[in-house]
Amino acid sequence: MPANPLPDAEQLLASLTDRMRPAVGPDTGLVGIHTGGVWLAQRLHKALGIRLPLGTLDVSFYRDDFSRKGLRRNVKSSDIPFDVDGCHVVIVDDVLYTGRTIRAAMNELFDYGRPASIRLATLVDRGGRELPISADFTGADISAGADESIELARDAQDRLSLQLTRN
Amino acid sequence: MWLDPANPQLNKNGELHHLLSLEGLPAGVLRQILDTAESFVGVTQREVKKVPLLRGKAVFNLFFEPSTRTRTTFEIAAKRLSADVINLAINVSSQSKGESVLDTVANLAAMQADMFIVRHSASGAPYMIAKHVAPEIHVVNAGDGRHAHPTQGLLDMYTIRHYKGDFTKLRVAIVGDILHSRVARSQIHALTTLGCPEIRVIGPKTLLPSHVDRLGVQVCADMRQGLKDVDVVMMLRLQNERMKGALLPSAQEFYKYYGLTEDKLALAKPDAIVLHPGPMNRGVEIDSSVADGRQSVILPQVTFGIAIRMAVMSLLAGGPR
Repeated sequence: MPANPLPDAEQLLASLTDRMRPAVGPDTGLVGIHTGGVWLAQRLHKALGIRLPLGTLDVSFYRDDFSRKGLRRNVKSSDIPFDVDGCHVVIVDDVLYTGRTIRAAMNELFDYGRPASIRLATLVDRGGRELPISADFTGADISAGADESIELARDAQDRLSLQLTRN
Repeated sequence: MWLDPANPQLNKNGELHHLLSLEGLPAGVLRQILDTAESFVGVTQREVKKVPLLRGKAVFNLFFEPSTRTRTTFEIAAKRLSADVINLAINVSSQSKGESVLDTVANLAAMQADMFIVRHSASGAPYMIAKHVAPEIHVVNAGDGRHAHPTQGLLDMYTIRHYKGDFTKLRVAIVGDILHSRVARSQIHALTTLGCPEIRVIGPKTLLPSHVDRLGVQVCADMRQGLKDVDVVMMLRLQNERMKGALLPSAQEFYKYYGLTEDKLALAKPDAIVLHPGPMNRGVEIDSSVADGRQSVILPQVTFGIAIRMAVMSLLAGGPR
């Protein structure tokens, strides 16, 4: 087993938290994307002292690859327990890659209401964008090959780590 | 043949391609439909009750037998998935001019249909259509003769799971006209697959199929005995035309022995739930005080039915051809 070449996810989360702190308030609407984004959003929600309850999105019903791949198993429910109208929202995801997931998330969010603004926080930006989308807050930029995938994992003690797999 | 010959609803990867019957569907597929429906229940409670999954797809409601309610729920479900819906009541169109079912279907397929929702008075009609359509077209059985009504069975399973959780600890009673009921057959297959250990069917002997016990259910002619300590009571609709034959003496007589009243329901567990596929004959198979009572989940069934049909259509329509 080669050593994990990826940075420590806990350290990245700490620096992401520091970057977000000056830009968010108790009434910021934090929305995590299933599954890794929700883990991060739960931690950020607590660390940043956000008062609005945490929102979660499963963008399966908005993906643009539905007609090629179909619905994946274990679609989770989306839950936005605050009023999106006029809210400053931060979408949280683990890895930003093509931008297609974020496009789907924004489309879904607009079906809940008209936010005042949407920003994007992501633990890792791996480049490779196929849409004009960029993150407002990032833990780290990591380059990875097209045949590699980077995923966030969470252990039984809730510790986060990044995993690199070759397809 | 790219569909599984033993079960033509599934493709070779065991994924749903048509929904024709709950008989023979593995528990994993049933659970996948129920889980997906759960996510759609959230969608239907939003301000915008629509998702773009089936945008650009054409869903044809092909009803060879009249039904307002089922057709409407399929129509709403398809529209909430952003599909285009075309409703055809065939008994008043080409069939009266002598066109065959397969000719009708071939014509509609030539209009670039993506999915057919089929209701027909003949058992097996959706199977025949599924066998003849092109591989990119999906067929959903919306009730065929006495055979099956799979989306009704699924929404009943969803409702039971929602209120009762684990199927493996439940005692379920199905009451009424079992003989003519495609709903009962679908319920029995689904409950069995999902591990329900005790299913009782209750009804007059003339309305019980002769070999119903082969389906693995207990048969009770006495409703009071049959309802004792059950967790779920599933009532069936008594079709008025049965009264005309020699099968039943009268609606009053049926109500006396098999109508669900408060005192009969009291024999079930105190937290038992009551289901009915609708439309109800109040005062025939169910008393109004029960239909509108605290144990009735008849209206939630209707709400869940939309989510179930959204789940079925999206599972069928997605993925590579």
